[in-house]
Amino acid sequence: MELLLMTLTTGIMVGGIYALVALGWVLIYKCSGVLNLAMGELTLIGAYVSLSFYSMGIPFLLSLLFSLIIGLILGILTERIFLDKLIGEPVLTVIMVTVGLSFFFKGTVEFIWGVDTKVFQPPVFPLEPIKIGPLVIGKVYLWSFVAALILLVVFVSFFKYTRWGLAMQATADDEMAALSLGVSARFVYAAAWAIAFMAAGVGGTLLGNINGLNISVGYLGLLVLPAVVLGGLNSIPGAIVGGIVIGVLENFSGAYLDKYFPGGVKEIAPFVFMAVFLLFKPYGLWGWERIERV
Amino acid sequence: MSSDTMILKINNIEVKYHEVILVIKGVSIEVPEGGIVALLGANGAGKSTILKAVSGLLKHEDGHVTDGSIEFQGERIDRMGPEKIAKLGIVQVIEGRRVFEHLTVEQNLKVGAHMRKYGRSLKEGLEMVYHYFPRLREKRNEVAGFISGGEQQMTVVGRALMTHPKLILLDEPSMGLAPLLIHEIFNIITQLNKEERISILLVEQNAKLALNVAPYAYVLENGRIVMDDTADKLRENPDIKDFYLGMTDFGGRKSFRDVKHYKRRKRWLT
Repeated sequence: MELLLMTLTTGIMVGGIYALVALGWVLIYKCSGVLNLAMGELTLIGAYVSLSFYSMGIPFLLSLLFSLIIGLILGILTERIFLDKLIGEPVLTVIMVTVGLSFFFKGTVEFIWGVDTKVFQPPVFPLEPIKIGPLVIGKVYLWSFVAALILLVVFVSFFKYTRWGLAMQATADDEMAALSLGVSARFVYAAAWAIAFMAAGVGGTLLGNINGLNISVGYLGLLVLPAVVLGGLNSIPGAIVGGIVIGVLENFSGAYLDKYFPGGVKEIAPFVFMAVFLLFKPYGLWGWERIERV
Repeated sequence: MSSDTMILKINNIEVKYHEVILVIKGVSIEVPEGGIVALLGANGAGKSTILKAVSGLLKHEDGHVTDGSIEFQGERIDRMGPEKIAKLGIVQVIEGRRVFEHLTVEQNLKVGAHMRKYGRSLKEGLEMVYHYFPRLREKRNEVAGFISGGEQQMTVVGRALMTHPKLILLDEPSMGLAPLLIHEIFNIITQLNKEERISILLVEQNAKLALNVAPYAYVLENGRIVMDDTADKLRENPDIKDFYLGMTDFGGRKSFRDVKHYKRRKRWLT
């Protein structure tokens, strides 16, 4: 019983981090119909940038803020340099470019920060966990969860109530019609990439606080794919719920199935679940029913 | 028509797609301030292309105005991007009822107000649209992808209205709609023109309809203007009667040779 509860809470908390990265993924898809396969690398970059600031002795929250600002700039630059020319081209082309970007970013990260695992030193979050009854929760996990929830509220209200949020959704729906109303498609895409960079940066930083940071954190991007697909590619609440479901699933299969299938069952389970789930709900939980663009 | 009252002047433009495909060959059109001008023509004549050339959306499809000029209120706009042109007060209602399917009707309208910061003017704009399209008020919270075709057409026209345009480029508002609805929408269009003083360049295949609302019209064929005149004169023109209004003087069948002859004659004229 205790194991069950523990696994569940850890799953939910880790899921919070997945949800953050999933958010970035959904944002780009929502605005431009592009599946950004470089998402994992965005996570890496954000995480390394905040780690660098932190090791210079800058307080953690400030480092995170700096990393957000750099994420914003990088997002806009990426869009301007690599993707701007592709506005109006088939979505598949753009997706292939994101594959290229993912290799490019990974190479750049290895070049700048090397391949050894780095940790946040001194540890940002106190190591002693919080105890609620029989439950033991690491503070990192708790904070990640809180951060995910806050960002969820911020993004949902951004899309629902602000001028730019609506314009971004409109562009996703019909770029041409949005253009005809004076919406700047370039601005919309730049904003989407900037926000994705930032969300991924937060996710990466938090994850780096759990296990230390190395290039494999970038695989998170791919690991989050089931979460995104599960929630529906263009639903923000879907990304959050999907992230949490995948987190829980991963931890459960790690705790209960590892005995029977030793090895990577933890990593594979979410993908198996995604495949089965899609058989029944091809658009995910809250995805748009007509996805013509992929 | 004297030239200083023209809100839009298209001077002898040539349009090429992908830098090789010549689709518009020397077209000149003028729209008077506060007027309605219709542009008639068959499928593929280049009507939509002309509208896109004006709104700047052409560039988005890799098309360019390679010769001639387009002037809006005396300012050259043929090299501007679509956002800039929209800011000047030109809005194109793209053919085919392109609503933002996943947004509600009201959100669709709000996107129309994107260029002017949200505020009190947003409410006023919405009220104006609901005044002209009461039906949209009822549907305001419904997802635009699921409302009827007529309501979608109203939504896109209303959305265009939210930009507070000086000139609306209206591309086939009658496409695929029931006659009664078409009637309703065209009534509103004339009303908008009269009450809000919005100039309209209307593209239509339904010539009868277009000539009812527009006092002046141009006929486009194969990327060239073959005729332009007042609606009254065009309605009496035997060729127009024949090919666009579907009436013949003889009541009998026309032989294809006459059609060809007509086309040849028009080509000589231009």
